[in-house]
Amino acid sequence: MASPIEQFQVKPIIPIINFTNSSLFMIGAAGLIVGGLLYATRKRALVPGRAQSVAEILHDFVATTLTDTTGREGMKFFPFVFSLFMFVLTANLLGMIPGFFTVTSQIVVTFALAFLVIGTVIIYGFVAHGLHFLHLFTPSGVPGWLLPFITVIEIISFLSRPISLSLRLFANMLAGHIALKVFGGFVVSLGTAGIGIALLSPLPLLMAVGLTALEFLVAALQAYVFTVLTCIYLNDALHPGH
Amino acid sequence: MAQAQTTQAGTEAHGGAHAADATFPPFATETFAGQIIWLAITFVVLYTLLSKLVLPRLSGIIENRRALIAKDLDEAAAMKTRAEEAGSAYEKALAEAKGRAQALAQETRAKLAAESDAKRKALEADLNKRLAEAEATIAAKKTEAMGHVRGIAAETATAIVERLTGKAPAPQVVEAALDQTKA
Repeated sequence: MASPIEQFQVKPIIPIINFTNSSLFMIGAAGLIVGGLLYATRKRALVPGRAQSVAEILHDFVATTLTDTTGREGMKFFPFVFSLFMFVLTANLLGMIPGFFTVTSQIVVTFALAFLVIGTVIIYGFVAHGLHFLHLFTPSGVPGWLLPFITVIEIISFLSRPISLSLRLFANMLAGHIALKVFGGFVVSLGTAGIGIALLSPLPLLMAVGLTALEFLVAALQAYVFTVLTCIYLNDALHPGH
Repeated sequence: MAQAQTTQAGTEAHGGAHAADATFPPFATETFAGQIIWLAITFVVLYTLLSKLVLPRLSGIIENRRALIAKDLDEAAAMKTRAEEAGSAYEKALAEAKGRAQALAQETRAKLAAESDAKRKALEADLNKRLAEAEATIAAKKTEAMGHVRGIAAETATAIVERLTGKAPAPQVVEAALDQTKA
């Protein structure tokens, strides 16, 4: 129980269907999102109450982020972007509860989400624009001799997107949770190490308190960053001509 | 984690990994398939529920409110326009009524002036006529009176001469003398 990385352990709950604590918290996050939003909007009030205000703020926040980046036509991706944002945000915040599993600290989960985004961009890009979508890799206004070079760079940058998108979220959640656990462990270790050293144990505790606040910020911020980057990539699919 | 721990603080971050599993848990590839499958199921269900149920409801509420506010504003604007129209119609009616009243007053004044003018003229004409008649009467009387003057003069002259001479002059002489003085 002591290891700071023990919290990332995927433990089977129903092994036959591969149902693990990870699956449980994914379903928990999804259930919380759907249930929470349905509960918040149950009255369909013209003048919103507190819960409905939160739901409306989340809706408007994602809608504004999406339309600011992609314009009005980006709204066809609104349910997708909203699902992504809510899922990542809820998973991140659920992970802040002690003893809870953080789904987004699993690289396979963040990579799958990033792959879903890039897959959507590629499929929509080709369906909507055909081969014109490849103009994404040949920016206009580049001198002819520079074009092959630029194209290679653009392709590499495009291919590195799912990696950076997934690694950013994964690394942030992982590092934050490890740091919290390590400082928490320090408190216990110092406290039990002897009468003189025990006096130092409040110091890592203070650090852990500060880190907890920081981690809440990171949890929300990384969900936002994931969403903004998703919007930017979707904008490439909507307007490949730059 | 808060279990009684006798290891030193420094070994916790590194040494603990051995106790749990040989590989770093997030890189334990044997969990990947299960997680991907459950993520796919969860995300598809989440996406479906959000896009078919939750978001239409949420957008509906927001859209509804926006439409209602827009409708209210439109109605207010329409009412304002109507009020302004009514105001300008009132102004117009007022101006018209004023104009009509003025015209009526003008007309009445002109009619009255014409009437009194006509009356005055008639009166004047009447007076003039009477004046002329009176003048004619005066002239006639004067002529008549002047006619008598000769007779009186002749009589007087005859009486004076009779008194002076004791003998009445012949009327022809008197007439001749009168003619002479007159000339």
